[in-house]
Amino acid sequence: MLKDITLGQYFPGTSVIHRLDPRTKLLGVILYIVALFLAKSWISYGVVLAFLILAISVSKIPPKSIVSGMKPLVVILIFTGVLNLFYSDGGVVLVKIWKLTITSEGLTRAIFMTSRILMLISGTFLLTYTTSPIALTDGLESLLGPLKKLHVPVHELSMMMCIALRFIPTLIEETDKIMNAQKARGADFENGSIIDRAKALIPVLVPLFISAFRRADELATAMECRCYQGGEGRTKMKLLRYGRNDFYAFGGLTALIAVVAVLAGFGL
Amino acid sequence: MKPILQAEDLTFVYSIGTPFEHKALDGVSFSINPGEFVGIIGHTGSGKSTLMQQLNGLLKPTSGRVLLDGQDIWSDKKFTREARFRVGLVFQYPEYQLFEETVYKDIAFGPTNMGLSREEIDRRVREAAGFVGLTEQQLEVSPFDLSGGQKRRVAIAGVIAMEPEVLILDEPTAGLDPIGRAEILGNIQAYRQAKNAAILMVSHSMEDVARLTDRLLVMNGSKLVMDAPPSQVFEHVRELLDMGLSIPQVTQVFLRLRELGADVKNVYTIEQAVFELLRLKEGKGHA
Repeated sequence: MLKDITLGQYFPGTSVIHRLDPRTKLLGVILYIVALFLAKSWISYGVVLAFLILAISVSKIPPKSIVSGMKPLVVILIFTGVLNLFYSDGGVVLVKIWKLTITSEGLTRAIFMTSRILMLISGTFLLTYTTSPIALTDGLESLLGPLKKLHVPVHELSMMMCIALRFIPTLIEETDKIMNAQKARGADFENGSIIDRAKALIPVLVPLFISAFRRADELATAMECRCYQGGEGRTKMKLLRYGRNDFYAFGGLTALIAVVAVLAGFGL
Repeated sequence: MKPILQAEDLTFVYSIGTPFEHKALDGVSFSINPGEFVGIIGHTGSGKSTLMQQLNGLLKPTSGRVLLDGQDIWSDKKFTREARFRVGLVFQYPEYQLFEETVYKDIAFGPTNMGLSREEIDRRVREAAGFVGLTEQQLEVSPFDLSGGQKRRVAIAGVIAMEPEVLILDEPTAGLDPIGRAEILGNIQAYRQAKNAAILMVSHSMEDVARLTDRLLVMNGSKLVMDAPPSQVFEHVRELLDMGLSIPQVTQVFLRLRELGADVKNVYTIEQAVFELLRLKEGKGHA
């Protein structure tokens, strides 16, 4: 079912990671990615992986749902893996079939590249799984705050993002409903040629578009009714404040980067 | 009489194995006879919508069976598809599913999927439009140019055009004005009488179900807790109120009258109430 798509969906909980300031988590993901890209050896990859596993276990997000979120990316992973496997020179030739050679260098790079992507995505999943969309945009707005001086419409952008995120599950649910209704009238989405199946989507897409516009219109009216007029002079009910855990988190992340950087310095 | 549709110990669990796991149906069994008008009442989240989607094979039960004409609808793939046509399902706010350029084409969507001949499709579209009171001219306009109530009727006609033996409707009158409500309910009755079809209607209007249905299914907490004619169901005032349901207003009035010592029977429709009051006025004693 469509509902099973979890890409970037919030997974409610009360773990330490859930309670971190969204800014900490946003910056944390960036620091984590930096560490990941500094990693060059098995040891440093191991360090980053250990950090990731620790973070996931603290967050109490079932690893299963992180894995299931990866499913749409399998093609990219395989593509990266295969490409690196065959197109790297150097090292000992392991297998040679016709013009394709697999070298030890290629094998290592393939493993590094795919695990880098996997770890990159798991890290960002951890952010979206543990942070509600509203907290996320709040954090983003606060972090991008300085850009307001350059006349970047930060508030408007974050509001747009917030609304877009907010409506993903709604639209998925709506799609599910419309598909069911058309299935009840005998629409067939699973069988037939690609063209048949594409055609079968018309009875879903037309009502979906109409309802998306209707929702947008209703939301705009509702916002205006509550005197929304952009970010100017708008106060917040929940002020973002760094707590003790945030400092620990930053400490941990800095330590991670330091360890990986030192390891890289030693050529590891 | 041989039942047309039977539910046997239906159980359905959503999102098995995730934190969102939720038992939406728990051991629900009942049967429906041809031509019967059955109402389903229950509080929001009591499992009504899940139940409806089990009955035409949109959701596969976690355990239990749905029998159409004695045959399990999941017994083979072809029959599951056939069941979708023979058990017509009208969702809540069905007007949001309209997509075609003209009303005619939209109503024809179901019959076309059934693989019928053009003449047969044409006959069914016109007949279905007749049942819901759409005119010839309206068949050629865009469904998006119609009013809310008319769109609703187009959507219902789209299901009726498949000539289902069982027609299931989820709150068909939600959000309509009183005239629109009465018209839609009349259309449904007309279809039932013309085709001897069984009707299964989810409704929050106790007045509507009291007046129209032969039998009421009461859902509470994923279970079927009552299966009886409205007259018997509305005797259980306390239980219904505990479930977050109500009883028809006229029944409430008469219960209060009884409490005050008036010699009246339990009534649940306006007609019965009038009858009782006239009897009371004309002379005491039971009719």
